[in-house]
Amino acid sequence: MNPGARLYQLKKGGSNIIAGRRLKDNTSFFGYERSNGCVGVRNYVAILPSVVCATPVARRIADNVKGAVAIFHHQGCTQLGADLEVTLRTVTGLGMNPNVAAVLVVGLGCESMSPERLSEAIAESKKPVETLIIQDAGGTTKTVREGVTRAREMVRCASYVKRKPCDLSKLTLAVKCGSSDTTSGIAANPAIGVVSDMIVNSGGTVIIGETTELIGAEHILAKRAISADVAKKIRQIVRRMENRAKAMGVDMRGAQPTPGNIEGGITTIEEKSLGAIYKGGTTSIKGVLDYAEKPKGNGLYVMDTPGREPEALTGFAAGGAQIIAFTTGRGAPQGFPIVPVLKITGNPRTYENMMNDMDINAGTIICGKETINEVGNRLFVEILKVASGKMTKSEAFSYAEPVDIFRIGPTL
Amino acid sequence: MHPSDNVVTVLSNVGVGERVSFFIREELRCVEVRQVITFGHKIAIRRIEKDNNIIKYGEVIGKAKKQIEQGEHVHVHNVESTRAR
Repeated sequence: MNPGARLYQLKKGGSNIIAGRRLKDNTSFFGYERSNGCVGVRNYVAILPSVVCATPVARRIADNVKGAVAIFHHQGCTQLGADLEVTLRTVTGLGMNPNVAAVLVVGLGCESMSPERLSEAIAESKKPVETLIIQDAGGTTKTVREGVTRAREMVRCASYVKRKPCDLSKLTLAVKCGSSDTTSGIAANPAIGVVSDMIVNSGGTVIIGETTELIGAEHILAKRAISADVAKKIRQIVRRMENRAKAMGVDMRGAQPTPGNIEGGITTIEEKSLGAIYKGGTTSIKGVLDYAEKPKGNGLYVMDTPGREPEALTGFAAGGAQIIAFTTGRGAPQGFPIVPVLKITGNPRTYENMMNDMDINAGTIICGKETINEVGNRLFVEILKVASGKMTKSEAFSYAEPVDIFRIGPTL
Repeated sequence: MHPSDNVVTVLSNVGVGERVSFFIREELRCVEVRQVITFGHKIAIRRIEKDNNIIKYGEVIGKAKKQIEQGEHVHVHNVESTRAR
């Protein structure tokens, strides 16, 4: 038996949690209350470039300040219309994420996405926001020096905020699968589904995305929509994504499912999708969100994102998710800069092989050692611990760079 | 296993002639495997005619490109997606 498994057996205190039921003892976590009423599970100062050109400066500032984290993205300029709006909404959302205590926006000065407009939008969340423009501050070196000076003060202020007991209704969990094999649909995704139900039934919020991976399963989700309008929107976003793939004029297989998915036994996108939607549990779908849009209330939401990790994780974080539960049959190790990402594998070999990267072994389900509900309960307890400050394996490795913003227009 | 499924996912590597057992509701069933099948891949639990649906999770996951015999490997070589094409 591996040491991780033994630890879980000793700590199996999840037995008093029943899937789908609200139990007092398990509906709170220790979080950081923000002045707008949101709750963070982390307490970062974000160094946020408004444009790709400012990222090296943002990196140098963050590297020199404990508690600061830079968010590297590749957009912010030579974008038009709705495409630029998506970028603005996304970067604003990352700054507004409750895991961020304060923001230092770093702009170049000539980009499409105005750094001042970005700062103003983030400041609506009532958190401290400051702005530095490289072309106004006298270039890179001077901006780094000024940025380090300001960020040091920002992290000192943030460090004085203490965790308090917070209700699960304040938690938004995003669910994702990546580098999947057939164990994802059989074991890991249904286990996350148990957690999704527990969080929704406790008053919290769950976001499922990856529109590409709803192709072939949209009829099931549409039946669970809270209204005919929401059902129509689910079908619409799936059709739009399917048409984008068709417009390339080639067989989608090879991109979706990926070569790794196929090697892992997944044959078609429909099979991948039907396994993927288990992550959302069984509750009604309250609404469909645009990419990086915040849910308007509690419950289960579908966000229109591509399947690829960087864009999907970025969309969830920008939509306000404080934690991401991520299943991976083959072993995807990535995290995210401001949001803890828990890795759950349904493949027992992957757990053995990549124990440094996998937080939860759901491979016990196909080995017949645990039921889906038992793993779901164990995962729920772990999520509450992570929400209360416990680092995930990807956080401990600082595996936190894959940020990317979904593009819907050309680069000009 | 959903009662309408015509494929099962094997949970260990299996060799030719080995028997794979599975439950449909309470009923235990067995299928003899005709090929070497890798962990996580699917086999047909009955003959599937060309162009008929492949059913997993009780839902359509694609169509048979050719006739698939009981116990045969079901994957990209003999299944076509019906979506995004």
